[in-house]
Amino acid sequence: MDVFLNFLCWILIISGSFFVIVGAFGTYRFPDFWSRLHAASITDSAGVILLLIGMGVYSGLTLITFKLLVIGLFLFITGPTSTHAVANAALVSGLRPPKLQSNNSDG
Amino acid sequence: MFSIATIAIFIAMFLVLVRLIKGPTLYDRVLAVNSFGTHTVLLIGVMGFLNGRPDFLDIALLYALINFVGTIAILKFFRYRAIGDTMWTPPNTKNEE
Repeated sequence: MDVFLNFLCWILIISGSFFVIVGAFGTYRFPDFWSRLHAASITDSAGVILLLIGMGVYSGLTLITFKLLVIGLFLFITGPTSTHAVANAALVSGLRPPKLQSNNSDG
Repeated sequence: MFSIATIAIFIAMFLVLVRLIKGPTLYDRVLAVNSFGTHTVLLIGVMGFLNGRPDFLDIALLYALINFVGTIAILKFFRYRAIGDTMWTPPNTKNEE
């Protein structure tokens, strides 16, 4: 059982690190603001959840697990909220995706 | 295990920092700051486990709180040009081209 938990912990933490790197690489590499928004929210959802669950499995059932649960709940609420706020502010300020921009100039 | 996660988070923070420095618009920078704060929360937790003393999770929770409030405050400031209570002005949709 202990070996199984250790293995599960390895898998969760390595896949969480993978998603964190994928999100950051997309944030660095994507050409457009809106696609960068999509890449940054990968880190907010998949990376955070997998890493926190991995740390919770590693620490067992203690107070630390409760703290990790509270952090995960908070990030789970505020991550999409702040991403939505950034997207809404960009939309209100007049930033548009490139395809919509060309359509607007045509019409 | 936690050392691999720490190295991965450091690489991710570096990439996000590059985007923060060379982001073309303001919103790229705000997004990068928000993402950098999320990475910092993860880094505090993982480094606590790496050192064998995971007592720093309170600081990580506090950092998550401040990060969220700071992002909303930056966005509000750049939309209304003030943080306190101001009279509501209609958002100018053709402000920046």
